[in-house]
This record gives sequence, structure tokens and C-alpha cells, in this order.
Amino acid sequence: MPYGNMEKVDRILESYGDDQSHIITILQKIQSEYRYLPMDVLEYVSDKMEISPAKLFGIATFYENFSLDPKGKYIIKICDGTACHVKKSIPVLEALRKELSLTENKHTTDDLLFTIETVSCLGACGLAPVITINDKVYGKISPEMAVEIIRKLKEEETNANS
Amino acid sequence: MGTMIIDGRKVEFNGEKNVLEVVRKAGIELPTFCYHSELSLYGACRMCIVEDKNGKIFTSCSTLPKDGMEIYTQTPRLQRYRKNILELLLSNHDRDCTACERTGACELERLATRFSIRDIRFGELDRKHPIDDSSLAIVRNPNKCILCGDCVRMCEEIQGVGALSFAYRGSHMKVAPAFDKAIGETNCIDCGQCRVICPTGAIAIKNETDKFWNLVHDKSKRIIAQVAPAVRVALGEEFGLEPGDITVGKIVAALKMLGVDEVYDTAFAADMTVIAEGEEFVERLTTGENLPLFTSCCPGWVKFAETRFPEILDNISSCKSPQQMFGSVIKEYYKDDEKETVVISIMPCTAKKAEAARKEFQKDGVRDVDLVITTQELAILIKEAGIIFEKLEDESFDMPFGLASGSGVIFGSTGGVAEAVVTRLLKDKPNHICKEVLFKNVRGMDNIKEAVFNIDGKEIKLAVVHGLKNAEKLINKIKAGDKEYHIIEVMACPGGCVAGGGQPASMPIDNEVRKKRAQGLYRIDRASYIKSSEQNPLIVSLFEDMLKDRHDLLHVNREKETGY
Repeated sequence: MPYGNMEKVDRILESYGDDQSHIITILQKIQSEYRYLPMDVLEYVSDKMEISPAKLFGIATFYENFSLDPKGKYIIKICDGTACHVKKSIPVLEALRKELSLTENKHTTDDLLFTIETVSCLGACGLAPVITINDKVYGKISPEMAVEIIRKLKEEETNANS
Repeated sequence: MGTMIIDGRKVEFNGEKNVLEVVRKAGIELPTFCYHSELSLYGACRMCIVEDKNGKIFTSCSTLPKDGMEIYTQTPRLQRYRKNILELLLSNHDRDCTACERTGACELERLATRFSIRDIRFGELDRKHPIDDSSLAIVRNPNKCILCGDCVRMCEEIQGVGALSFAYRGSHMKVAPAFDKAIGETNCIDCGQCRVICPTGAIAIKNETDKFWNLVHDKSKRIIAQVAPAVRVALGEEFGLEPGDITVGKIVAALKMLGVDEVYDTAFAADMTVIAEGEEFVERLTTGENLPLFTSCCPGWVKFAETRFPEILDNISSCKSPQQMFGSVIKEYYKDDEKETVVISIMPCTAKKAEAARKEFQKDGVRDVDLVITTQELAILIKEAGIIFEKLEDESFDMPFGLASGSGVIFGSTGGVAEAVVTRLLKDKPNHICKEVLFKNVRGMDNIKEAVFNIDGKEIKLAVVHGLKNAEKLINKIKAGDKEYHIIEVMACPGGCVAGGGQPASMPIDNEVRKKRAQGLYRIDRASYIKSSEQNPLIVSLFEDMLKDRHDLLHVNREKETGY
């Protein structure tokens, strides 16, 4: 089967051999490389590791962390654990979705800049409600503050590109 | 070894794999959806739960029997739990049973009746999945799936294909092909074993009985049917007979009543295959090229080889399968006739539906075989027409394509094709007693069978595999240089065509059923006047006449015609 350039994937596979028990780690490495799990890459991995593509698809869809769609440059995680939820995390989520024209089913902006995800607990309940943007933590956030942060990031992006 | 106490009775066990098998040996029919002795343990359906004397409940399928173990199978808690499980399964199940392909033979329906489920307290299915009818062989209806995973394990563990797997999680979990593609666009080989093992109507044969009716009602056409060997030892099961009971005469009579003009025997075409493949084999032995020779009559296997082992395609016989040989010869025979000729095959196989549609088996857009009806669909047609099958008077096949040798008939069992080809090549034809000794290693249900024959002073090493996982193992051994053969018979389905994906599946299909059906074919062989294909006088005259210099009618040019 003809595949595109799979050098990066080969390097990841090489470091783990063809040991099927490392498949989760391998998929994680691939996801951090591509920001998602592209279909042709999964088919390539299936071929190399002798795991059926259907099974690989099963693994990739079982774990919330894996994504089969491209994710944005900025991944916004909104905590909806108990503490954040009672501290009104949902209005934050709604405000961000509105700002980025996203919905419950559409998580990533068309320009591939932003992805919104909800998580069950970030472990920072004292700062509720909490969001993280690419591992940077923002605590005690309000819908207005969240939108402000996004607008700033957008501005930075436009400036960087001009 | 040891003794268990089941419901207060002492039961000895000796080598049983799990408590479930011991309970069943004791004559108690514990229900299961996900347990099949040939597949790996899954333990998902929880129907086989039992209770020990301390009130602990566990699944009997995944527990080893222990000496002195005391269990109960029918306590009030167990009865309540089993009903609960059934209710939960049914609440998530499309309960449009009257319009279901599986109705009457559905395990879920059977158990719901057995446990008197009359009221389902949990409401109805709210999510509707689209029906996937992209395959030529099967139809998937995920709304009927109970997530037992039987199809997943069958496809992966027995067939080595892995076209299906579990995807997503929790309440969104479903059985799906890779990337949620349509099954027709995957590496599925159309064998239909998933449909055989599916306890519900989630996977069914693609029902083409309406096309059959349209054809036979069209009086401007000459309707010709060919009946594959394996059909005659399984169709009876749909009418209260035992696996292996031979109903060939009734099948011919029924097809005539259904409106077919001429009924012929695919075993006749199998005789042609034996001659053509025998010639090809001798030629390869002489030149030493493209050995080992793999058989080509099984379309599931051919598709598997195309997708998984394209490097061995030159080793696969160029002979068409008996179904396709029959199609091309009949269409040639009647080519100048004023009536349009339509060929309908009655097959034990779902992959034959896909084979008949392949482009190398069409001429100017017209298929050599116009329609493939499985054994299961034939039963539907017979019932629909109101024919009382049991009371039919036997009729014989029509001539000239209705006379077959015993060799042609045993094509339907694993080992049969190899046996037929070797019989053809042996100078001194063995009688049936000698045959039983000679082909002992070739018959039967062992996964990989090997035998050595002496043909014209030359040692011929032969292998027979069934179940494509076994084929995969064997090919890998050959590639590694561990094994060497001259000829290898491969059939996709365990047991061969007798246990094909299109056969009746109202009872669990295990090796016992497969063996009984195969024995039916060997009985026909024993009773037949003509043992070896080249002794069939009609075949002899056909090869001297119509098939002379017509290599194209019996062979396929894989490189040019198939795109592989």
C-alpha cells in the first residue's frame, strides 16, 4: 500500500519495536507529533504492527484523549468537575463556544487555532472554575475573562502572521 | 479431574474447560450469548452466572471447575438477574422482530421467550444507527447488536481478517469496521462467518429472494439453476432434518416448482475444475514454476490472498471456481439460443455473491452467474411458496450438466478439493474403503492437515487448511522456509463450504455439525458410480468438444483481468 512520508512515525515505531503492548504510548507519541491521529498514519501503524485497522480504530475511539480530527494550536480545557461546575464553569464554556463559533459537536475552529475540550477534573479545585490553555492554568475565571484571553491570543496570532 | 456439586447433585468433571461446560454436561442448559468454545473467552453477556453456597455470583464460562465446588444454577437471585440482563439488552435493541431476517432463529428472541420476558421496563432504543448494506454478501444492522462481540472474535481469531472491532465507549460503544467505514469498503472477505455466529439479526445475509422471484416470473428467459454440493447436506435443517441428511432430490423438485427451467449440479462443474486444476498442477510440477499451487475455488480465500498476501497470487491456481466455470460454460452453450439464459447459483456461501459480481466474470457487462442465492435464502423461497419440503418426491438433475462424480461432490468439505485432484492423478483408482484409509489425514476437522502421496513415482506433499487464520499461519511457515508443499487447499470457512456463511444457522454451528454435514457428502461419494472426475463421460465429451482450445472458459488471467 502506498503511504506518504512516514519518517516521523518510523522513528516512533523504531523506539518501541513491534511490541503490541506499547500501542497506547505509540499512539500518544504520534498524537503529540501530529496533534491528532491521521487516518493514513493509523493504517500505516496497523500494517507495521500487525494490528487490524478496526482494532486500532477501537483503541483510538475508546480513549477520550485521542482525536481522529485535527486539533487546534491552542487546546483549551475547561474543567467541569464538581467544584468547577458549581462555580459556574458551564457559562465559561458557553461563552468560549460562542466566541469561537463552536458547538457541542464541533470542537475545533476552521483555522485550526483553537480546540475546546471539557475535562472532568484538573485537580485544581481551589481555583475553581479553572481552564487551561496548552498547559497554562487560568484560575477563578469568568466568561468575560475567558473571552478576553482568547481575543488576546487571536491578536498575537494575527500580529505574528503579518 | 474431580467432583462438583451442581444444584445438589454430584457431577464429575474431567478436562472440561470451565464450569459452564460441566453444568451443560450435567444436562442443564445455561444460556449464553458470548460464549463459544472455539473463540476466546469474553465474559460479557453475564447470562451464564451461577451462585456458590456463600451467595457469591460469578460467570461460569470464565471459572475453572474445582474439586468440591458447590454451585447453584437456578436461585431466585440468578433468575431475577438473568431476566434483568435480558430486559436491559432488549431495551437497547430494535424490537421490530417481525421484519427481521433472523426472526425465528434469533437467540435473543429465544431466550426472551424462555425467560417469559413480557414487559420491558426500561423504554426503547433512542439512537438509530444507519443500516450498512454496502457489502454484496451481508447486511449490518447495528440497531440489533447486543455487543456480545462474537463477530469480532470470529473475524479476528478464526478468519484472521479483523474487519470488525469494538469502537467508542460506554453507551456509545458499537461494533464497527475501521474508521466507521462501510463494511463493503474494508478488507472484509465476505465469508459470512460473522453472520453465522451472530445471535441476533445484527448481521444477516444480503437477502436477494426478490430478485429470484423477478427472474423466474419472467417467462421470456431460460432460468437455469446450479446447486452446490454443500447445499444438499444442510438445507434439510430448515425443515426439521438433521445436519448431513441428503435432500438433493427434493432440492431439484423444489427448484422446479419455484419456476426454474433446468436444474444442474455444480459438482459437475467441480469435475471440470478437477481436470483443469489437475492439468495445471502437472504442468507446474514439470516446470517447477509457481509451486506450491494454491486452490482457487474459495472466493473468500482469493480475496484474502489479494489483500494480505499479494506476493503469492502467482501460486494461486488460474482455474475459475466451479460456480464460475459453470456460468461461463452454460452461457457459451446457450449463446446462440433465442431465449436469454439466466444462471442462478444455489450456494452455501455469501462470498459467492461477491465472486459472481467480479468484473473478470462478466462479458460485455453481462455476468456469467446472474444471481447467487444462499442455502438459507432457498429455504426462505421454499417456505414463501408454501411448498411442503418434507413431502416432495425426489427428482433428478437435468442433463447434460447434471451428472457428477463423487469427487465433484466432496468439493464441499475441507479436504475435498485436494482429495479430488489427487484421485484424478492417481493411476490406480482406489475403491471407497481404500479411499478412507488413503485420505484419512486429508478428511476431518484438524486445523492444518498434511499428507504425502506417490504419483508416478514422485512424492507429492499436500496440505489442507480451513479457517483463514490457519492459512495465514501456514503461509508464514512456508515463507520462513519451515514447510514445503506442492499443493495446498485453502477454504476460508472452518469445515469448508458445508459450514459456509450462507448455510442454515438456526443451531450453533460447531465441529459436530460440520462433521455431520461433511459425512453426508462422503456418503454421496461412496454411493456414486463415478469416483473420479475424468471418468465422468459427459466431462470427457465436453473437453473433447466445446472446451477444446477454450482455455478462457475455465481459467482467469489474474494479471490482466483482476487488477491484482
